[in-house]
Amino acid sequence: MTEKTVSEIVSRCEALYEDLYFNAAREWKAAKPGRKVIGFMPLYVPRELIHAAGMLPLGIMGGGDNLEVIHGDAYYQSYICRIPRSTIELGVSGRLDFVDGMLFPSICDVIRNLSGMWKMLFPDVYSKYFDVPQTYRDEIGGEFYTNEMREFLHDLEGIAGRKITDDDIRASIAVYNENRRAIAELYALRQSQPWNAPASEAYLVLRAGLVLPVEEHTQLVRDYVAAASAEQRPVKDNSRVVLTGMFCEQPPLNLIKSLELSGCYVVNDDFVLVSRWLMDDVPTEGDPVHNLSQAFLHRSMSTAAKYEPNEAEKGQFLVRQVRDANAEGVIFASTSFCDPALLDRPMMQNVLKAADVPFIAFKYAENSGQMQPIREQAGTFVDSIKLWSAA
Amino acid sequence: MKPTTAKKPAAEVLKDDSMLKQKAMMAAHYERLSSAPETGAKVCSTFVPGNLNELIMCFDLVNNLPEVNAIQSGLRKQSGGYIMEAERAGHSEDVCTYVKSDIGMMMKGNIGPNGKELPKPDVLLLSYTGCFTFLKWFELLREQYKCPTIFMQTPYMADGKITKNMIDYMVKQFKEDVIPTLEQVSGVKFDIDRLRQYLAESAKAEDDLVHVLQSAKNKPSPIDAYFGGIYYIGPIFGAFRGTEDATEYYKFLREEVDQRVKLGLGPVTPDGPMAEEKYRLVVEGPPNYTSFRQFWKMFYEEGATVVASSYTKVGGTYDLGFRHDPSKPLESLAEYCLNVYTNRSLPMRIEMLSNYINEYEADGLLINSIKSCNSFSAGQLLIMREVEKRTGKPAAFIETDLVDPRYFSAANVKNRLESYFQMVEQKRSGKGIAA
Repeated sequence: MTEKTVSEIVSRCEALYEDLYFNAAREWKAAKPGRKVIGFMPLYVPRELIHAAGMLPLGIMGGGDNLEVIHGDAYYQSYICRIPRSTIELGVSGRLDFVDGMLFPSICDVIRNLSGMWKMLFPDVYSKYFDVPQTYRDEIGGEFYTNEMREFLHDLEGIAGRKITDDDIRASIAVYNENRRAIAELYALRQSQPWNAPASEAYLVLRAGLVLPVEEHTQLVRDYVAAASAEQRPVKDNSRVVLTGMFCEQPPLNLIKSLELSGCYVVNDDFVLVSRWLMDDVPTEGDPVHNLSQAFLHRSMSTAAKYEPNEAEKGQFLVRQVRDANAEGVIFASTSFCDPALLDRPMMQNVLKAADVPFIAFKYAENSGQMQPIREQAGTFVDSIKLWSAA
Repeated sequence: MKPTTAKKPAAEVLKDDSMLKQKAMMAAHYERLSSAPETGAKVCSTFVPGNLNELIMCFDLVNNLPEVNAIQSGLRKQSGGYIMEAERAGHSEDVCTYVKSDIGMMMKGNIGPNGKELPKPDVLLLSYTGCFTFLKWFELLREQYKCPTIFMQTPYMADGKITKNMIDYMVKQFKEDVIPTLEQVSGVKFDIDRLRQYLAESAKAEDDLVHVLQSAKNKPSPIDAYFGGIYYIGPIFGAFRGTEDATEYYKFLREEVDQRVKLGLGPVTPDGPMAEEKYRLVVEGPPNYTSFRQFWKMFYEEGATVVASSYTKVGGTYDLGFRHDPSKPLESLAEYCLNVYTNRSLPMRIEMLSNYINEYEADGLLINSIKSCNSFSAGQLLIMREVEKRTGKPAAFIETDLVDPRYFSAANVKNRLESYFQMVEQKRSGKGIAA
């Protein structure tokens, strides 16, 4: 078998990223009669359950900067972020006409309300607001979440027209564990050799996981890690930064490239969080729904859309990310009008100040086009890190 | 256009007796709050939607509502300064102005509407009901006050129904988290019979509130169910639900409103009684508080009365049948939280507003879209179109903010309203809706 080059892998991922008709998912569905596709929005859904039903989970992260929003703007006031309007655009323009169901995870009021709008706009398509607990005790939040997942499984069985067994779910958990391991290897590479695995490439590799079958994606990630590790790209005098705030509406690819061009090695981030939300392997023995619930409650990442019950722990996940990645600073990049990220930001900044971690902040939209101010700001930040850390 | 209110010689604001009574109750409550350090009373901060006042009272805690404090700051023209103070401290211009007004007020010494310092809360009861911002708001306050914070999650009623899983989840939170922590903070043992007593009292007031709100089905409506409605909901949405004071107030209010119905009178506005009811409206969304009287005037000067509003349901949808039920106290509190307006799905909101238009024989729907509040605002344009389609009545859209004076453009709002009233006229005369 011929090994794929970085360029070939990234080109394929970029083509998938730019394809707003989701042809890869359409082809998967058309390849076998009876196949179903379930779309989901950020931040997290247990894709294992969809996979166990023999369906393809399809991540819908808005329309990016290549989608002209014509109808979507008629549904939203100017002070609401862009992802719901571009998602509506995808829907009303027929780009999601092959999708058999849509999930709207509990992340903020805009996505929450979009779940109801979807019911109104597409009454024949299954849609569900996917509620998750914000309390993390097993017998309280855990039981609620387990029951919510069981209710979802029941719905999936209705769509699939077959029973989903615990063994089906265990097998799917194993497949996703493998995917999470591959992605962990990718992040490890980015931290050890950021020059060989730029964030702009890694981002595209992650995005491919939203439209491809998970087994194929795992292989693709491993191919990329192998190819990128073998590269000998020049090491630059960049600063290592953690990028945070991009957990829902995604940045334009140019924004990530601009940060890199301005002198940043992005060594950790919160892109496409669904792929890393559960931080370890989920056990494949025992009750699989309970196991997914346990992983969510006790071993999931921290982000602005999640309540932190322990004040002392607030922000510490980010501080640990900085320390573990040996990063020199944090860039808060938040979507305009994003309640979770923007309300959270002052608290996170206070924690970083206490931990003596430098940071900057700016806002963006998925269709932001003007990168010069961001490049200047990030470039100045990098310079200041270099200047002060050298002192 | 000629004003349709009776002429008033003085600039003095006219208020119903019930409004004066309500004002006195609110003032007494703020005195109770600001004197807490002297009296030794402990303070529990919480939110209006999902307000668990009966439970809070079981622990002898005084209920403090940061949203109401922000409203008071807005009405007193202080919120603008507070918001800018919070923005200078790093809070984004994009986020909820209730939060920033509250934080700014805290930074400026936490002076309440009675001119006295409000006490620090002893506990934050984060009732996460119908609004994501609540979650972050109390994380922000926790950072400042360093006090115990109780998290209470109300699942969203996305599919238009309350499931057993939702109720079980909430009751467990009450039993295993909320009540034990409130016992610990207050030093008062929980007594479920005391809770039942308060809930029974709540139900009496709720009956009378519903009677008052539904009096707007009369023509003319004896009340304005939005601007006036805000006075009416004050006690029951705030710190009085479950008290004898509230029962007495709503009985008094009911009698006052019944009397107006008997005499065929319209609502009392700050400039006097409405002389003629020309337009009957349903309003969706919160009001603007920084220019509250000016905003209201734009309606009553044109003879427009609001006969039903969604905002007066953020603290409970009693008119849809819910009553606090002492026979199942914790389940009843859970159902109360689940039913609040902002916890209802968009299709449920559309149905509710459409029903209001039909039941209250309204001329149409007006949406006041609030920049601060995504819980209300996201989806309102679809709501507008759908309600219009279902009822055949014209709808209009204006944009303001809760307590940020920078987002209240009087000329724009007035222009929109005048155009809307013309639209209603055209619709009535069968000429169709102007573009």
